[in-house]
Amino acid sequence: MKKIFLAIIVTGLIAGSAMFNSCSKKIDEQNMSYPMINPTRTDANAGTWKPILLTAANEFPVAAPIATTSPDYIIQLNEIKSFQNNITPDERKLVEYWGAGAVLRWNEIMRELVALHNLPPYQNADGTYPIPSANNPLAYPTFPFANPPYAARAYAYLSAAQYDACISAYFYKQQFNRAAPFTVDATIQTLLPKSTLPSYPSEDAVVMGASVEMLKLLFPGDQDYINQRAEEHKKARLIAGANVRSDLDAGEALGKAIAAKFIARARGDRAGTAVGNSTIWAKLKSDCVARGETPWLSQETPERPPMLPVFGAVKTFLFDSLTMVTSIRPGPPPSTSSQKFKDETEEIYQITKNLTREQLRIADFWADGARTYTPPGHWNYIAATDFAQQNFSEARWARNMALLNMSLMDAAVVCWDAKNFYYNPRPMQVDPRIKTGIGLPNFPAYISGHSTFSGAAATVLGYIIPGRAQAYTDMAKEASVSRMYGAIHFRSDCEVGITTGNKVGSYAIARGHIDGAE
Amino acid sequence: MKSPLQRVLQKIFFCNLLLLGFMQAKAQTDIDGLMMQKNFFCVGPTAGYSSWKNYWEGTLKRDNLNMGRVSTTNFMLMGNYGITKKLNVLFGLPYVKTKASAGNMAGQKGLQDLSLMVKWVPYQKHIYKGDFQTFLIGGYSTPVSNYTADFLPLSIGLRSKNAIIRGMIDYQRNHLFATASYTYIARSNVNIDRYTYYTTEMHYTNEVKMPDASQWNFRAGYRSETLIAEAVFNKWTTLGGFDIPRNGMPFVSNKMNATSIGLNLKYETPVDGLSVVANGSTTVAGRNVGQSSGFNAGVFYIFDFSKKKKTTKKADTKTENKTKTK
Repeated sequence: MKKIFLAIIVTGLIAGSAMFNSCSKKIDEQNMSYPMINPTRTDANAGTWKPILLTAANEFPVAAPIATTSPDYIIQLNEIKSFQNNITPDERKLVEYWGAGAVLRWNEIMRELVALHNLPPYQNADGTYPIPSANNPLAYPTFPFANPPYAARAYAYLSAAQYDACISAYFYKQQFNRAAPFTVDATIQTLLPKSTLPSYPSEDAVVMGASVEMLKLLFPGDQDYINQRAEEHKKARLIAGANVRSDLDAGEALGKAIAAKFIARARGDRAGTAVGNSTIWAKLKSDCVARGETPWLSQETPERPPMLPVFGAVKTFLFDSLTMVTSIRPGPPPSTSSQKFKDETEEIYQITKNLTREQLRIADFWADGARTYTPPGHWNYIAATDFAQQNFSEARWARNMALLNMSLMDAAVVCWDAKNFYYNPRPMQVDPRIKTGIGLPNFPAYISGHSTFSGAAATVLGYIIPGRAQAYTDMAKEASVSRMYGAIHFRSDCEVGITTGNKVGSYAIARGHIDGAE
Repeated sequence: MKSPLQRVLQKIFFCNLLLLGFMQAKAQTDIDGLMMQKNFFCVGPTAGYSSWKNYWEGTLKRDNLNMGRVSTTNFMLMGNYGITKKLNVLFGLPYVKTKASAGNMAGQKGLQDLSLMVKWVPYQKHIYKGDFQTFLIGGYSTPVSNYTADFLPLSIGLRSKNAIIRGMIDYQRNHLFATASYTYIARSNVNIDRYTYYTTEMHYTNEVKMPDASQWNFRAGYRSETLIAEAVFNKWTTLGGFDIPRNGMPFVSNKMNATSIGLNLKYETPVDGLSVVANGSTTVAGRNVGQSSGFNAGVFYIFDFSKKKKTTKKADTKTENKTKTK
């Protein structure tokens, strides 16, 4: 009897651990379940929308396509047929993956590269810090350090270039009106919802071409990976029967040409000097002291210079620098010698003393620190997930992402301008009893970056999907207050950050009203 | 006629903790060659402290001026009940508190993971003038509080539910003994507070795939009725996982490996059923863990729940038991 009992226990344990091991580890990731693009409105007129940098949708020429009756075209149809002759399950997955949308997937690729590169460099032996170099991206410290301002700018350039590329492609689609391969030849299968748009040049390829060039500029050490994803994207379009090779080649070439214009802008937008130098760093501090305030001090050992202190001088997309200084830059924070400042410091200490698990969860959820896609990336993810439910056309995806990301970059510029203009300390600098439950950013407190980003994003997304406006406002508030729960920001940083972000967002809405897409 | 080993095993209960930087406190009562007699219940508290200043970022050993010395204090309640002398059940429940001596990261504290184990002796034999025993141990552990695993190295644990299967052999001749075991730890995926994270690629889920782990443990030394002194070698290997990137923070699914050596002492006090334990250990090699050193101490008492002895006083029971077996 006893032996039977023992045998049951042992068998149970072995079986239990085996099951435990094999059954429960597979994870379904959210970004693998996006629906395939199947727009309710085709936005066939997107070629008439207002470009961002292009002088006109047809600033860069596209050669007329070969006729669908020509022998070369037949060869291209046969290329599709050879791909379709024996499609593997992996190829089907590839088609579905890219079928969710070119703007979506290339945005996602950038988020991944941002997360990969979002690590602060380790100090030199003499206590200084090395600065990553775009000219030597693979040497340590690898280029870039994709911190929040860098990332905000990267997302904006990617999205803006994708948008101009898209409307240009839509312009030429109408001009050349070449039918899609599955229309020309009924034996071509279509593994994606059939688009009624002309297929030359391909909107997927134009987005891909523009994205590849922007990504190579922003992540020069990752070109191999970027090219590999581009090849995969083109292959998916061919297997799907959605484009012939010449649709893709024309789109890719157009996208690359348009990207060059954005690259030229990026090289001259002053981001290259945003890191500052020791003279600038010393002056930020002495100016603050001269105003009678306690200046921000790095809490890291060895002391690290502030993150991109001159990023406030970067050229914005939605307004000029004069407007920024006169109409958007917030007023000063509570003086570091005021009672209000003391009260706000005490408030943060009390939060850390009585922190609930739910408050810690909120702080963690929005932390978006090192090795993440940053707060702008988080809002890109929120946007992408919601846009995927809206049945947008590729052009509308591009337009909405561009509005969002231009506002996020400009929010970064406005925020970094305020941070380094006021140079206000963080809570634990003035009260060492305060410890943080999340990473402490190495730059001044006022105004909160998370709050500014979130204020801008919630405003723009509420305009794009009005039914979700309240939800976005609530998310922004939570992202903002999460910085108080994390004990790295005062209440004033967060509240003024949100209202400043809202103002930045309203400039994106103003552009949305006149871009021809409404 | 019982062997010296069996006599010792009747009442000796030995506990220690293995504390690895970044890792969970582990009850080790389940990894020694000792068993409780039928209906005996050994229970007691332990307290421990361990710390590290250097850690392995992947394979690179470094310090971190923004953390200083990272320390872990633990208090643990452990127990071991003899269903029969060949089948024991064990439990352990630690309270853990972490702290960094420098920088601004807040230490964490709370109840960690409850572990339950079944320890069985399927085979034993008297050979070469000594006693040879085999053990089969199965166990399960699960978090009992809602701590975060995503604040390493200050998180108090890793949150995975673990199923453990261990094979162990023990040989004792006179007062000298040696024990060897191999353990496979099947670890469940864990949930974190955010819905995206980066390992060696981007993930869009709050669920983190946890690699399983294995553990080799060797111990040898002196074992008598009143004293045990043993040296311990332990090697923990994570079967998968990734390295901390340059100047990055540790993550719950890192490839955490650690090799440690230690010394255990256990003394049976003159008060019948009352024993004290102490041990120290240090990490000699590792990967993605702190190079931690620490010590633990504990007090244990054996309660006798034998029905036939119910009317007898405990001390008498023990004496009688001892006499009977001698």
